[in-house]
Amino acid sequence: MAAVTADQTTQGTAGTADEAEAGRLAAFDATVAADDRIEPRDWMPDAYRASLIRQMAQHAHSEIIGMQPEANWISRAPSLRRKAILMAKVQDEAGHGLYLYSAAETLGTSREELLDKLHAGRQRYSSIFNYPTLTWADVGAIGWLVDGAAITNQVPLCRCSYGPYARAMVRICKEESFHQRQGYELLLALSRGTPAQHEMAQDAVNRWWWPSLMMFGPPDDASAHSAQSMAWRIKRHSNDELRRRFVDICVPQAQALGLTLPDPDIRWNEELGQHDYGEIDWTEFQEVLKGNGPCNEQRLTQRRTAHENGAWVREAAAAYADKHAARAGTAGTAAQPVEATA
Amino acid sequence: MTAALALGDDALVLSHRLGEWAGHAPVLEEEVALANIALDLLGQARMLLSFVGDEDQLAYLREERSFRNVQLVEQPNGDFAHTMARQLYFSIYQHLLYEELATGEGEFADLAAKAVKEVAYHRDHAEQWVLRLGDGTTESHERMQLALDALWRYTGELFEPVEGVDVDPHALRDGWLAAVTSVADRATLALPSGPQSGAWAAGAGRQGLHTEPFGRMLAEMQHLHRSHPGASW
Repeated sequence: MAAVTADQTTQGTAGTADEAEAGRLAAFDATVAADDRIEPRDWMPDAYRASLIRQMAQHAHSEIIGMQPEANWISRAPSLRRKAILMAKVQDEAGHGLYLYSAAETLGTSREELLDKLHAGRQRYSSIFNYPTLTWADVGAIGWLVDGAAITNQVPLCRCSYGPYARAMVRICKEESFHQRQGYELLLALSRGTPAQHEMAQDAVNRWWWPSLMMFGPPDDASAHSAQSMAWRIKRHSNDELRRRFVDICVPQAQALGLTLPDPDIRWNEELGQHDYGEIDWTEFQEVLKGNGPCNEQRLTQRRTAHENGAWVREAAAAYADKHAARAGTAGTAAQPVEATA
Repeated sequence: MTAALALGDDALVLSHRLGEWAGHAPVLEEEVALANIALDLLGQARMLLSFVGDEDQLAYLREERSFRNVQLVEQPNGDFAHTMARQLYFSIYQHLLYEELATGEGEFADLAAKAVKEVAYHRDHAEQWVLRLGDGTTESHERMQLALDALWRYTGELFEPVEGVDVDPHALRDGWLAAVTSVADRATLALPSGPQSGAWAAGAGRQGLHTEPFGRMLAEMQHLHRSHPGASW
């Protein structure tokens, strides 16, 4: 629990405005330093609020855009069991998006506002989802590598200083771990299957390995938000630290899968007790972030189109709710049974 | 086994169509809801097809003329109103059918008892949306009416007798018509002029005669499986 709430601090005290501000900041800093949680009604610095909105929105958008590369294979899943697993996973991602938008809304923004920013290209989503799913094995590679990288990034967020975000991450990480195991198992079945299936699995790992490493963000010396996020305990570990941890996890898993990682420079460093690995193509990373990746345009267009095509449905839901609220003598759309973003 | 194949194919094909909505739904809640319904139906399909043989062989290696689903479920998604009209017609049919099967002692009693709970949700979801769209805006009202009209001709087939399904088709039809009429009334919509009209045309999906979009749907669904004969996934 935070030491001081916004309500308490607005009560008249003897000090000047500056002193009051300093007091609120001190209380905030003490809460963070004590590893307690900041809650929605607590006072927080504007920059902390803005930084969280930026990060949580990007996280929510990633869940929503991330449905596309996998949904691309729902209609072609090669067995009914795999089809059920994939549909359940894509459904979970929509659910994660909902948790995260709700959590972001506790900071005074709205889902509609955030989606508008996504559609206008003013907020980002994870660079990884700008890569295409070209074969069925890509679904497994996404589960193993992309979800694996996401979990490595997100488990520390379960202890992040902002309560609603931390609680959302606890729920999300449980489901993500499940997806990651299923992706690994999918790749294992392919790797141990026919030669054509094995080749399909290796090809997918070759294409998804480097983009997965890029999910951890720019190197520490080029990361704009890292230092402040770590000071605020939104973030617990640096990009490079998490990236290396991920490589250390993946190397033995690739061996168990019977697949290779497409990096001749990966080797165990006895002295440091960790793996060395090759140089990431940061030019490619920057290009993808700038909108020049293979699927940036396609992903955003599909999202915008779904939203625009759905406008009349959301308007209908809102109109219906208003009519029935009016008939029931209650005000507004609060009673509508399904939340519409219209 | 005609019955298990007929009911299994209904669930399999409708599940596939709903799966096509993933990433395209009008609101995030519907991404969750449509996937949820698709998953329930896929679960039913897998159980029903397993009564007949290997689920994957049946799903992926039969050709169009061997599928026994009604034509209603294979209809393309269209706009959200078309999808909801299809859901309304089918889920009320399936709910009444499974309620009946669940009380009997036939081979589907256990499956129907489990599935009827899921289908009650699907029915509620479809009814709620038909109400919202019918009684929402002018545009949504028009779209919902068009959708009910367009799919009406595929509803007659739901009440053709199926070998091995021990339910009186006439009673099923009466119950279905009453339920659909009630929803349409409350939604300020009109049903096409009724079972005696020419619109009440029975299709022949149960005999393996399908509509043109179905072949393309199967081509997509089966392509990968057929490209790797004998492989496991």
